[in-house]
Amino acid sequence: MINSPFVRKPASVQSVMLQVLLALVPGIAAYAWFFGPGILVQIALATAAALAGEAAVLAIRGKPVALFLGDLSAIVTAWLIALTFPPIAPWWLTVTGTLLAIVIVKQLYGGLGQNPFNPAMAAFCLMIVAYPALMSQWPAAGQLDAGTQLELIFGGARQIDAITGATPLDALRTALRGAADPASTLHGLRAAQLMDGPAFGLIGGHGGEWVALGYLLGGLWLLQRRIITWHIPLAFCAALFAAAGLLWALKPEGFASPLFHLASGGAMLGAFFILTDPVSGATTARGKLLFAAGAAVLTYVIRVFGAYPDGIAFATLLMNICVPLIDMKTQAPVFGHKKD
Amino acid sequence: MLTAILIMTGIALVLGAVLGFASIKFKVEGDPLVDQIDAILPQTQCGQCGFPGCRPYATAIAGGEAEINQCPPGGEEGIRKLADLLGREFKPLSEEHGVEKPKAVAVIDEETCIGCTLCIQACPVDAIVGAAKQMHTIIAADCTGCELCLAPCPVDCISMEPIAETVDTWKWRYPVFTIKQAA
Amino acid sequence: MLRKLFNFHGGVKPATHKEESTLSPIAPVPLPDRLVIPLHQSVGGHPRPLVQPGDRVFKGQRIGAADGSLSSAVHASTSGLVRDVVPAVMPHTSGLTTLSVIIEPDGDDRWGELERVNFRSTPPDELRDFLRDAGIVGLGGAVFPSHLKLKPGKEGALQTLVINGAECEPFITCDDMLMRERAGDMLKGIIAMRHMLQAREVLIGIEDNKPQAIAAVQAAIAASGETGIEAVAIPTRYPAGGAKQLIRVLTGIEVPHGRRSTDFGVQCFNVGTAYSIFEALERGRPLISRIVTVAGNVDAPRNYEVLIGTPMDHVVRLAGARAGTDRYIMGGPMMGARMPAFDVPVVKATNCILVGSPALFPPPPPEMPCIRCGECAKACPADLAPFEMYWHSRAKNFGKAQEYHLFDCIECGCCSFVCPSHIPLVDYFRFSKSEIWAREREKEAADTARDRFEFKNFRQEREKQEKAEKLAAKAAATREKVGADGSAAGAAAASSGTAPAKPSGDDAKRALIEAAMEKARQQKAQVQPKNTDAATPAVQAEIAAIEARRQVSATHPTDAPPDRPPSSGA
Repeated sequence: MINSPFVRKPASVQSVMLQVLLALVPGIAAYAWFFGPGILVQIALATAAALAGEAAVLAIRGKPVALFLGDLSAIVTAWLIALTFPPIAPWWLTVTGTLLAIVIVKQLYGGLGQNPFNPAMAAFCLMIVAYPALMSQWPAAGQLDAGTQLELIFGGARQIDAITGATPLDALRTALRGAADPASTLHGLRAAQLMDGPAFGLIGGHGGEWVALGYLLGGLWLLQRRIITWHIPLAFCAALFAAAGLLWALKPEGFASPLFHLASGGAMLGAFFILTDPVSGATTARGKLLFAAGAAVLTYVIRVFGAYPDGIAFATLLMNICVPLIDMKTQAPVFGHKKD
Repeated sequence: MLTAILIMTGIALVLGAVLGFASIKFKVEGDPLVDQIDAILPQTQCGQCGFPGCRPYATAIAGGEAEINQCPPGGEEGIRKLADLLGREFKPLSEEHGVEKPKAVAVIDEETCIGCTLCIQACPVDAIVGAAKQMHTIIAADCTGCELCLAPCPVDCISMEPIAETVDTWKWRYPVFTIKQAA
Repeated sequence: MLRKLFNFHGGVKPATHKEESTLSPIAPVPLPDRLVIPLHQSVGGHPRPLVQPGDRVFKGQRIGAADGSLSSAVHASTSGLVRDVVPAVMPHTSGLTTLSVIIEPDGDDRWGELERVNFRSTPPDELRDFLRDAGIVGLGGAVFPSHLKLKPGKEGALQTLVINGAECEPFITCDDMLMRERAGDMLKGIIAMRHMLQAREVLIGIEDNKPQAIAAVQAAIAASGETGIEAVAIPTRYPAGGAKQLIRVLTGIEVPHGRRSTDFGVQCFNVGTAYSIFEALERGRPLISRIVTVAGNVDAPRNYEVLIGTPMDHVVRLAGARAGTDRYIMGGPMMGARMPAFDVPVVKATNCILVGSPALFPPPPPEMPCIRCGECAKACPADLAPFEMYWHSRAKNFGKAQEYHLFDCIECGCCSFVCPSHIPLVDYFRFSKSEIWAREREKEAADTARDRFEFKNFRQEREKQEKAEKLAAKAAATREKVGADGSAAGAAAASSGTAPAKPSGDDAKRALIEAAMEKARQQKAQVQPKNTDAATPAVQAEIAAIEARRQVSATHPTDAPPDRPPSSGA
């Protein structure tokens, strides 16, 4: 029997997810423009794998398959996986990662709404631990043509170490370590000099900064549509800027500028699309600020002092663990119990 | 080698001391088990479990002398709560102790009552008022529905009447999941 | 002067659908064939019936007397014949019955003698009793007896009297029409309430989508010449008409759950209540009718002045229910209650009969899992986290749900309204609340039973002990006596040099038994004084007869008790 309220706002999980997907389009367009069509292939692969995996598990669990596939949440996960994996990752890597995300991280925990970890980020972490080399091969913008990309994705042999480098973040870190090492040829060079290569653009990585701008635009649109709130993106950007700015101000020759950190890697994707995943993220206003700020600091630490190309994935998972505690401790006072 | 052993021993001692101190300092005074079990039992005091009242049954459960499925008024929910509390396996209500019935109160047929006071003596919660050779009546609000007054009545003038639902006791139902229907 | 208004968190803006029912003025309703007047219409006790089947009643006659102070009287809505006083289905989702007076109108609609009261010269206590007996309750929906709220706070005077004309629920326009058509009379009621509460200022909050009502009330205030009364337009946002939300908007005060608003110097009444207070005080008419909006799936949505007890379908027929009608909802679409039948009576709480159809109020899409998006928390006017309460309610983890302030929930429906997963959140909260109440009742009953059981055991123990002590004391006394005798005898024997006495233990025992037997004999011989000595001979004879019967039954203990005839005189 239906009880009040008898009227409802026309909102659905499906429309929320659809808007998230739409918001990713500018970033994807920039990605494809600068780095070639490989990313589109990856997105298609991940989407197909996600839908197949989700449908299979739903059928086994006796849940209505069409209803849950229609919520589009699996596709959001798939796109985030494709966007965070290297665009030239072999097809089986993307497919395995996606299946891990959907089957293990999402469905085994109870499906939509129940997963404590962000599925896409968990998949990234699993794959980078399992296949560190494959997950660290990133082509520079415009370096590989469409044919080569397809061959790398679907072909077997991969002798591309010579032509593919690391991400700008990776490259800069390696270079800075060289600069600090008296034995290295780079010894004594400053961060700004190290960044004066073709891999780097105006403020971030060459091409990558435009992709980040695409994500930023999409994210702002999501904000305007009230799909996400300002708390997580703002806290993430502010904390990352502050952390990077602090060390940069102390030692500008040894650290990259905060703007570089904001425009590089997955910072924008993380701020607007990954950390804002409501299922695995904090939900209270103060909790969101804490959650995102913590993720930003962890990201920075992993980027600068760790060994992985980017820190977003690990930072997200680490903060996901803290979410129940954060939420519990940051409950807002209720009506009539506020201290004015 | 020796230093390592000494250091490890030292750490062990210090941590042990901290743990011991913490366990004394932050000791939580829990309810004794019998009280916790007694709080779950419905306090009908009907004796269907084979013990003279809820508290003796609670004591017996705590002492491992009784099963947790001997209380018909507590019903399945009561057994589940006991199983949760004691970490035991859930079992269905033991049939020899009775069956779960809807809550009821005893009602005395005042025309038939002869005023023998036998039910007054039988009532475990003093919910029957009356005097010798005076008509008795039941304080419905205090009656636990234990049925102990039924047997002693020489004229069988006591009956059990189920408690009717009123708007004050009516409960909203658990919302039904519609996911499966839509499939 | 523009008043500073405050904001409350959350809220939603559903389509208002208010224009349709405000096109025509309030209309009367022809007398129905029968009126079903439930005795229990307000919060508090169940009034006791004052009439019996076959009684003739006049309009406004009290048929149910307030039970205790937390209750309100009920009156016959028209003159006629009391057909029955029986349980009848009440306008409540449960479909349960409640004791109701069924009246067959005689068509005369004849008032009895009407008693008016001058509120300025009557002591407040008498005024409150008068309002209780006039059946005045809050007409905003909560039907709380108004006389209980018309007491000034601790300081003896109230800062602000808030009059609720916000009417935020979609479809409902009864307060709007009342203010448009009867603002002057309503204002007189407000002035009386202000007098009783000694309120310094009166704020009449009206949502700004009712400009005509605001204008009418402002004109009435100007015409009355009263100062310190102000009609305030407030932003239209559901649930601005919730008492707590309206107080917040107008005064900035947040009254927490479980606290009285008078503790904060505020009291809140509905405009309809103000009008009914005017009717009671100045016209002597108890609350026997109210304005009801009929809207939804009808041809001509409109407001009607409806007698309490009129079957809902009788009123809806006037507005013309359209095809597809599958339910009536009492109240609005956000908080209204689904009615169990079409012919349930209009009661004091009925502000609107919303005629529903599957087309107008389609069943919600299937419930999806919660994705913790927080939309519900954004919409909650009580600053709660509904998704957390839902999580724990769904798992029947009621303690946790209460930790998230379940009982601060006002069940406004905003969370269910916005939920993208179409979860009936409010249903979960209602379920949890009633489960918690039931458990509290059970626990209370169990605690009482435990106490009574323990006391009975203690009493039995004490009686046993007292008996034992008495016996022991008696035995000791006797023993002492006997012992004294025995020792004297022993001493005598010893001194005389005869054979030593038998072991004194045996002696003592025998003496004890003898003493007891002697005492019993004495008791038997003694005429027992009775309190029946002064009774009349007839009673004496009866007592003798009963004594005889008792002796008979004592001598024939094997007699099966049921064979005995029931004692005649006792």
